[in-house]
Amino acid sequence: MTALALETRGLCKSFGALTVASEIDFRLQRGARHALIGPNGAGKTSFVNLVTGALRASGGTIHLDGADITDLAQAARVKRGLARTFQINALFRRLCVLENVVLAIAEREGVAGGLLRPAGRHRAIIEEAYGLLETLGIADQALLPVNGLAYGRQRLVEIAIALGLAPKVLLLDEPAAGVPSGESGIIVSVIERLPADIALLIIEHDMDLVFRLARTITVLVQGRVLVEGTPEAIAADPRVREVYLGERAPR
Amino acid sequence: MGGNSLHGVTDAIVSIGFHGLAFAMVLYLISVGLSVTMGLMGFVNLAHGVFAMLGGYVMIRLMNRYGVPFLPALAAAAIAAALASIPLERLLYRRFYGGEELDQVLLTMGLIFMSVAGATFVCGPLTQQMEPPRWLSGQVDLGFRHFPAYRSFLILCGAGLVTALWLGLERTRFGAQIRAAVDNLRMAQSVGINTSRLFMLTFALGSGLAGLGGGLGADLLAISPSYALQYLVYFIIVVAVGGLGSIRGPFFAALLIGIGDTGFKYLLPEFGAFFIYALTMALLLWRPQGLFGRA
Amino acid sequence: MAAGAEHSAVRDAVIDAFARRHRLHPLEALPWLIAVAAYFALPGYLSLGAQILATILFVLSADLVLGYAGIVTLGHAAFFGTGAYVAGILAANGWGEPISGLIAAALIAGLVGFLSGLIILRTTGLALLMQTLVVATTLYEAANKAGRWTGGDDGLQGMQVWPIFGLFRFDMFGRVAYAYCLIVLFLGWLVARRIVHSPFGRALIGARENTARMHAIGAPVARRRLVIYTIAAALAGASGALIAQTTSFVGLTSLSLERSGNALIMLIIGGVGRLYGAFIGVPVFMIAQDRFSSIDPVYWYFWLGLLMIAVVVFARGGLLGLIERLRP
Repeated sequence: MTALALETRGLCKSFGALTVASEIDFRLQRGARHALIGPNGAGKTSFVNLVTGALRASGGTIHLDGADITDLAQAARVKRGLARTFQINALFRRLCVLENVVLAIAEREGVAGGLLRPAGRHRAIIEEAYGLLETLGIADQALLPVNGLAYGRQRLVEIAIALGLAPKVLLLDEPAAGVPSGESGIIVSVIERLPADIALLIIEHDMDLVFRLARTITVLVQGRVLVEGTPEAIAADPRVREVYLGERAPR
Repeated sequence: MGGNSLHGVTDAIVSIGFHGLAFAMVLYLISVGLSVTMGLMGFVNLAHGVFAMLGGYVMIRLMNRYGVPFLPALAAAAIAAALASIPLERLLYRRFYGGEELDQVLLTMGLIFMSVAGATFVCGPLTQQMEPPRWLSGQVDLGFRHFPAYRSFLILCGAGLVTALWLGLERTRFGAQIRAAVDNLRMAQSVGINTSRLFMLTFALGSGLAGLGGGLGADLLAISPSYALQYLVYFIIVVAVGGLGSIRGPFFAALLIGIGDTGFKYLLPEFGAFFIYALTMALLLWRPQGLFGRA
Repeated sequence: MAAGAEHSAVRDAVIDAFARRHRLHPLEALPWLIAVAAYFALPGYLSLGAQILATILFVLSADLVLGYAGIVTLGHAAFFGTGAYVAGILAANGWGEPISGLIAAALIAGLVGFLSGLIILRTTGLALLMQTLVVATTLYEAANKAGRWTGGDDGLQGMQVWPIFGLFRFDMFGRVAYAYCLIVLFLGWLVARRIVHSPFGRALIGARENTARMHAIGAPVARRRLVIYTIAAALAGASGALIAQTTSFVGLTSLSLERSGNALIMLIIGGVGRLYGAFIGVPVFMIAQDRFSSIDPVYWYFWLGLLMIAVVVFARGGLLGLIERLRP
């Protein structure tokens, strides 16, 4: 039986009286195209934070490729192949686009701690970073500081950094959030062209995007999994409609 | 052995407790404003001691040169410090709230330097002597022991102010607003609290208290031009140990530091303040956010 | 095909440009040329010059902590003073060999940096700032009270510094002192420059730009901050030893808040996080201090305070920042 790319069992998180995650059993297959949806405040980003280790779980376990990572720090989980993007761009703003990706690749390659060799000597890393930018179509602005780019392109840099880590599991937190509708098409096509062996979990509000990209959908409501299934099943499910539209679906 | 040394030990303990308590009161009154400023506005105001110094100078000047009675002079000290803080906050400080620490550090250090120069220029380089008023000089006889009247007054006054402060924090709307804003600024703004005005008033209140503490404590923390630099560490330690943004925390920290410092200096004078600093480091090692701070 | 070749040329150009950023720039020889020229051109000022050179090393180490690691510290003098006292105590108690004294000072200061960093670098922001002050004040008080070793309030007396390599005695014109400080500064600069332009240095800058992102790419941020803090402490200790050995005196001010504060001031004048801020800010500040503070200390403090406020409000990048803005 092949190990799941990512799995949580009974994952819980509370801040005092506030519960953001309650007994979440979640399975992400290898090569998955999985979406996590739910109304605002459902706990989707908290879930990502718990999985990546930005938040410490109150209970339950997390498994990456079969191994228990519940007690590992964020950085250690990244080293094992877990990468994420942030809902609001978290970039090295004053550094150039190319360097943003170079930093990630350098970490992956384990050379980022090197004190002796000048940074410019690691040519292979720079070339790989450039190649990544080319794939995402932003290589023409490689040497510009990131904060000078259009927001949609910054979103692509965000993805490029995560890809630079050569992850096995990639968590995209609302990749198209804040992007003008004219530019979101590029992001969607980038996600579509991601390597098939990466297990992808996308948090999104945009239903068109979700139905276009996902093969499996999990619906999260108030920190609990409501239902999980194929896009067609989810679209037809009256409980989902009720949660989003607040009305009983007509029989 | 026997009764004599036991009497000596209890005498020492009472003495340390008494003087330490007085010291703690002064430290708290001065430092509480700093704690709230750092926790509420995210602004490290190293120049906070300048307001305490200002209060001390105002009070002493009014008493010595103009013959103003003690209590009105003290009130004037507090008011002067509070008023002086307002233009400073409006014109300079608020541009750096939540901003880079380095900016705040350099800005407030610059203010300290200017205050040192200003105080030397206006009042000369010497320490100002404070004469307690006649009705507070001498000793108070409590039966088993005599206590210095002024320090006793300081403790009582301090206790009264602390009680008033804490009651005000719990019972008044203003206090509730402060607590809300320290807890979650954005939430406070979204429920309609005018945080800009809140900052200004809180800063003025904290500075006024500092001025009061500086005046009251002028015989404990001597008023001189380098006041703000000299005692900066004490204020910082009280806030760090108490916990940023906390109002009760610095009180217990001040008790610890005040009594501890007095005790250590009395029992082991060759080590001076070293133990207090070592104690602080140990405390911060155990609880980096301070006793009452948020992790 | 032609498009492919052109495309490849663009690619190589970009990668070359990026890789070349870390190469030595001819302008970087300037400070050293000036320093060597000053040796010959200003023979009457070599003692002050030696002080300036040693202080540049100190402020350079502060820049590593402040400008590159983003750790705001009010206690960097703790390491300076540690190094000064180590070198001083050695020289006052029979071992006046300067180079070994310098190395001992750097190592012990680095150790102090490592240990204090372990304790305090777990926090950030205002709490960390306060703790740096507490560490420095603790050491100050320790030195104050350990009068038998440190001379306490009066300072360490009776230092006997031997000639370097047995040949170069510290003369009263400051010639040997100047050359000594210049060489040590050069070595320290080599270390700092290497670090800043290494992947480690770039990762530090990344952590300063966006710590959350750094964690999210698997970087051991805390460990790296500790490493740079320790190295900077060692360099600061070396600079303290230089001052001690060239003036044959160590006072409590070497551990003082004022010393830490002055480092920040000199750094902001020159420009933080630009490697050469120290080289500009230190001479400007120290020459001004040498000329003006003795005339009227009150005025000096006043205008210095005003300058600091003005720099923070108007010219945050310091002199180097202004120069950057002038270039196209």
